[in-house]
Amino acid sequence: MPMFLREASLKRHTVLDLLFRNLTRVSAFGVLVLLAAIIGSLVVGSMPTIHAFGFGFLTSSDWDPVNDQFGALIPIVGTLVTSAIALLIAIPVSFGIAIFLTELSPRILRRPLGVAIELLAGIPSIIYGMWGLFVFAPLFAEHVEPWLSDHIGAMPYIGPFFSGPPMGIGMLAAGIILAIMVIPFIASVMRDVFEVVPTLLKESAYGLGATTWEVMWKVVLPYTKVGVAGGIMLGLGRALGETMAVTFVIGNAHELSKSLLMPGNSIASALANEFTEAYGELYTSALIELGLILFFITFVVLSLARYMLFKLGQREGQVS
Amino acid sequence: MTAENIANPKITVPKIIVRDLNFYYGDYRALKDINLSIAEKMVTAFIGPSGCGKSTLLRTFNRMYQLYPKQKATGEILLDGANILDKKQDLNMLRARIGMVFQKPTPFPMSIYDNIAFGVKLYESLSKNDMDERVEWALRKAALWTEAKDKLKQSGTGLSGGQQQRLCIARAIAVKPQVLLLDEPTSALDPISTAHIEKLIDELKEDFTIVIVTHNMQQAARVSDYTAYMYLGDLIEFGDTSTVFTNPKRKETEDYITGRFG
Repeated sequence: MPMFLREASLKRHTVLDLLFRNLTRVSAFGVLVLLAAIIGSLVVGSMPTIHAFGFGFLTSSDWDPVNDQFGALIPIVGTLVTSAIALLIAIPVSFGIAIFLTELSPRILRRPLGVAIELLAGIPSIIYGMWGLFVFAPLFAEHVEPWLSDHIGAMPYIGPFFSGPPMGIGMLAAGIILAIMVIPFIASVMRDVFEVVPTLLKESAYGLGATTWEVMWKVVLPYTKVGVAGGIMLGLGRALGETMAVTFVIGNAHELSKSLLMPGNSIASALANEFTEAYGELYTSALIELGLILFFITFVVLSLARYMLFKLGQREGQVS
Repeated sequence: MTAENIANPKITVPKIIVRDLNFYYGDYRALKDINLSIAEKMVTAFIGPSGCGKSTLLRTFNRMYQLYPKQKATGEILLDGANILDKKQDLNMLRARIGMVFQKPTPFPMSIYDNIAFGVKLYESLSKNDMDERVEWALRKAALWTEAKDKLKQSGTGLSGGQQQRLCIARAIAVKPQVLLLDEPTSALDPISTAHIEKLIDELKEDFTIVIVTHNMQQAARVSDYTAYMYLGDLIEFGDTSTVFTNPKRKETEDYITGRFG
């Protein structure tokens, strides 16, 4: 190859390389810029309510668009409570599913069951919502809620959480639907991390005479705790922000009730329900601030999870 | 393989007697009519080339194969006269009596103390003091006490490979089993750690009946009292280690131990 040609091709390479490097850099920083822009516009948009109510917005349960009085307490509580119910149900169930799929299930069943669970994760949330409203809620109101208020409603301390008329829709129903929605996520992550546990480690525990339950609970779970916690956080992230399904079954009532059987509201469902009717600067701003709060809660939860995992890793002497 | 072809050593106190043992992975017959006795408080070594069935044989003693579908054993394995292959045999109790250590160190993801206490807690509810004593006893037996006594609360995974393997031995003997199965316990260790473990095996036979599978013929010669040579699922020769290594009855054994084969 003549000299000048080689130089030309070298030059071409440098230019392409430069172009490529900058293109990737722009993409990477673009994401950060977008993130900053979203936070920025949320903050700017919520300025009117921040000025009007200050921190009182977080602790007030008023929601009176007519008189321009807004408080976020009810949706915040609704979001946290429904997500907590969802995790409370989903974690043990997912753990059971993952144990069955990795340890107990006949080999023939493993793949079909695994695929079925992953398919569950792919169902659009509006379908869960419709199913929850039209199928689950009536059954729940007829068969489960009366039992709950009759039996648990009379108990001291926890009773008030389970009393009230059986309406089907409400916080508990929303929590249960959320649980069903996050189970596939948590279960499939748990199964994946359980599968990478070395056979020898499990055999060592079995070799000491441990039962399947003891092996899973005392050896496999501690060995995979980082991955399991990651799966749970993934589920929690989904539960916190889930809009459509929750909107269908939570009841969308701006009321603070002790009872989980009563309707409530979550941040996401409040936004979905009210953005079309938000006339006036303060109303719009209140909704935007709700969005900012949801963003903040999700951010804090994920950061806390990261921090916990980091601490856990440090204590084990193996920073992950 | 008929029994008279095997130089059966005189074992006066057999801890385990294997009779007509066959083992199947699905349709594949991995052990063929094995007959042998394991002497109490002695070290018995199984040697042979890869795939000869020595690990398979070892894993029938605590029925580890039971974890996997399609694996099954027929025949009899008598532990103190009772057939452990019997369906009525309680697996967890069996495994409390027969401890096992594996090819690679497998410390559980918990502290050194909890690693040892893990197995003990499955069977006994000891007071804090008794448990402390048991942990110390096991660690001393496994020659790990001096190295580990100041870091009992630290993770077992932070130890060196050789220490981890001694931790696994300590964990196995903490349950006070009668038999200790060692499945190539030094194959992942350096020579110094290997020497530690071999010395340990010599001390442990005071208290335990030991069965060791090893790839390393010198190791079998060094640590064992009896040696079984296996090939393709057959027990070719079984006898006093000194006899098997210096004056093997069968040509196959001689070929293997002199390195002409395997």
